[in-house]
Amino acid sequence: MIASALTWMGGTSGRLMLAAVCLMVLIATPIAAEPPPRPDRPLPEAAQETRAQALFRDIRCVVCQHEAISDSPASLAADMRALVRDEIAAGRTDAQVRGDLVRRYGDFVLFTPPLRGGTWLLWFGPFAVLLATGVSLWFFMRRRPTEALPLSATEEADLTRILAEQAVRPVADAKPSDQ
Amino acid sequence: MIVELGAFALILALVLSALQTGLAMAGRLRRSPVLAGAAEGAAIAGAVAVALAFAVLIWAFAVSDFSVSNVAANSHTDKPMLYKISGAWGSHEGSLVLWCLVLTGFGAVLARARGLPFGLKVSAIATQGALGVMFLAFTVFTSNPFVRLNPAPFQGNSLNPLLQDPALAVHPPLLYLGYVGLSVCFSLAVAALIEGRANSSFWPAWGRWIRPWALASWAFLTTGITLGAFWAYYELGWGGWWFWDPVENASFMPWLAATALLHSAVVTERRGALVGWTAFLALLAFTLSILGAFIVRSGVPTSVHAFAVDPERGMVLLAILAVASGAAFALFAWRAPQLKGGGMFAPVSREGALVLNNVFLTASCATVMLGTLYPLILEAADGATISVGPPYFALTFVPLMVAALLILPAGPLLAWKRGDLKGVGQRLALAAGLAILMALLGWMAFEPKKALSAAGIGLGAWLIFGTLAEVAERLRLFRAPFAETLRRARSLPLGAWGTTLAHAGLGVFVLGAVVETGYRVEAARALAPGQMIEAGKWAVRLDSVRVVEGPNYLAEQGRLTVTLRDGSAPTAVIAERRFFPTGGQTTTEVGLDFRGLDDVYVVLGERVRNEAGDPAWTVRVWWNPWARLIFLGPAIMALGGLLSLLDRRLRIGVSRRKRTA
Repeated sequence: MIASALTWMGGTSGRLMLAAVCLMVLIATPIAAEPPPRPDRPLPEAAQETRAQALFRDIRCVVCQHEAISDSPASLAADMRALVRDEIAAGRTDAQVRGDLVRRYGDFVLFTPPLRGGTWLLWFGPFAVLLATGVSLWFFMRRRPTEALPLSATEEADLTRILAEQAVRPVADAKPSDQ
Repeated sequence: MIVELGAFALILALVLSALQTGLAMAGRLRRSPVLAGAAEGAAIAGAVAVALAFAVLIWAFAVSDFSVSNVAANSHTDKPMLYKISGAWGSHEGSLVLWCLVLTGFGAVLARARGLPFGLKVSAIATQGALGVMFLAFTVFTSNPFVRLNPAPFQGNSLNPLLQDPALAVHPPLLYLGYVGLSVCFSLAVAALIEGRANSSFWPAWGRWIRPWALASWAFLTTGITLGAFWAYYELGWGGWWFWDPVENASFMPWLAATALLHSAVVTERRGALVGWTAFLALLAFTLSILGAFIVRSGVPTSVHAFAVDPERGMVLLAILAVASGAAFALFAWRAPQLKGGGMFAPVSREGALVLNNVFLTASCATVMLGTLYPLILEAADGATISVGPPYFALTFVPLMVAALLILPAGPLLAWKRGDLKGVGQRLALAAGLAILMALLGWMAFEPKKALSAAGIGLGAWLIFGTLAEVAERLRLFRAPFAETLRRARSLPLGAWGTTLAHAGLGVFVLGAVVETGYRVEAARALAPGQMIEAGKWAVRLDSVRVVEGPNYLAEQGRLTVTLRDGSAPTAVIAERRFFPTGGQTTTEVGLDFRGLDDVYVVLGERVRNEAGDPAWTVRVWWNPWARLIFLGPAIMALGGLLSLLDRRLRIGVSRRKRTA
């Protein structure tokens, strides 16, 4: 490959063009063994095509890295797009299309993870973290109204007890204009 | 010979880093300024050694010395000089040298810093040195870029053509300046946990030292991530700029943590409060940087941007992560309960608003982490494979962020210690009205009608107008004589302008992201020369396709004309499909037609046959409304960060604590 590329680069410009054209044809033609991907033919009905496009963005191209079938140039992605369009044209709902895909490829195929036992933490974790961070920071703030000088252990205990008994009063020296 | 010099310099840097750690620790224990001075010298010498090694590597790439295996694997004589040089950090080994360069370089700056108390500085230098030892040892023993090949090949394998792009040539250095800049925050936090005292002046001073590092890292990360997103936008040719891909998330997590740190450090600096939390965030931010490096290099999560994938080296990174962060967080768990900060404040106050900001930013950072790592954890736990993509983040991350953005304009208007919520409401009433108006206008202007997108436009406008309201308030705009406003504008510290720019920039970004995501129009068709395709209000005609020759590629170059549907306002665009013979890879060069804030984005696809059976090319066209704002917003944010950095108050050694309002 390297050697042939070099020959082209070093050749006359006519030969280069010829080689280039051959090369382009080579790239453009899929390898013979692989069946050509089904072309992208939008559904005739605009509403159905919109639904299909929305689904494409949630369906993962299963042979690609992290790509939706709407983005992927892979031939499998083209086949999957055609499959989704066929199902929609056959009158199946979005949920049914998703269900069919999951039966065929597993949960992996959808970018929206399912909500089941193993994924509770995934779905509710963010809000749990929100709550936990909020509570712990609140606790930090309430627990730490000490001023500069370190207090003795007994003073500390007294202070904690007193503070627990009465809510923290607003500071007298805070002025609204103090920015 | 020169290459061996580079290899030697790298090993020397490792030894110097070890010396730096040892000398600094001894200096700290014996309270010896002589030993501490020697540690500082070692830090500076180490940075010089890594710089030398890096220069040698660049030289080897520039002259295409294929006897160096790293050059042979990642370069090619036909590559333009810019990409030969950027190839030096385009591979795992080279980028690790860059990482070490930033790490030791910042370590040297830290060593030169004045005004830090002896103990704090020496402990920070020791920590930075220990990090240097780990990463330099990783480089020298597992990823040495100076390994020779014998016999040397006649030609190299070239760099991945996707990476041969100006934006991506500068993307890694910027990103690393951000990632690794956070290492200094990490070291300063470890040092503070060791040295921290219940002393009223210690914590505000510490907040002031850590803040410029957090600020600079944040600004670099912002720029680096934006460049990466922009690269993905015009180089991958999918019309998108953010895919919630694991590698993108890897850079986004440290950014979120750095943003939280930046705000929490303000509270620590001004009020001496939240000290434990600020230290925690500083440790977390750099931990997430290392985690990011692991995610990108290990190849464990599948990604479109997977880079230099090598599971074994990934494990070493995981070990570094475990040792460095494990030790730091253990120290935190031990010392944090003993930390005493000062500063009481009421829930409704500037501090309170910054705490809320931190709660939301931390939760959203945790969300990104869950979404990135959960598929791995689940697969390891019960073998089930799932994909976590944009719909998940739209339901979790976005609501959290929206909540944070809704309260943002109120924050800077609240007074320290105790704020006046009613007064803030009055000052923001006009901004709120304007934001609602913008949402309504957006709802009317864009087709199809989408309530959520219109609300998003309102949110972006709320951020911009709310931020401007705060400046107007400070300047007493229209309420005091103009001369008074001008005087106030001149005396307003740069940091305040920086805050304003960063917050307004965020609003600009939100506008762009919402409109582009909500109203983009996409179309694709096989076009023979002379045929047209329509997308929204635009029509694109394929004029001709010809084969052109680049320095190291051959391309099919499509010349297209973008017009309005009635044929007016024509612009010529060029879209290419490039073939790189060396690696056998094909890339797309997107044709971008800038139309005000909008992009008409044209991709030339494969050669096919059209309906009539004539030779044709698949042309995909996107109309991305307001896409310009997506990249402009973060640029304004980074500029805000830069302005804040230039603020005199942040310079180390300047001890003015309080400024006049």
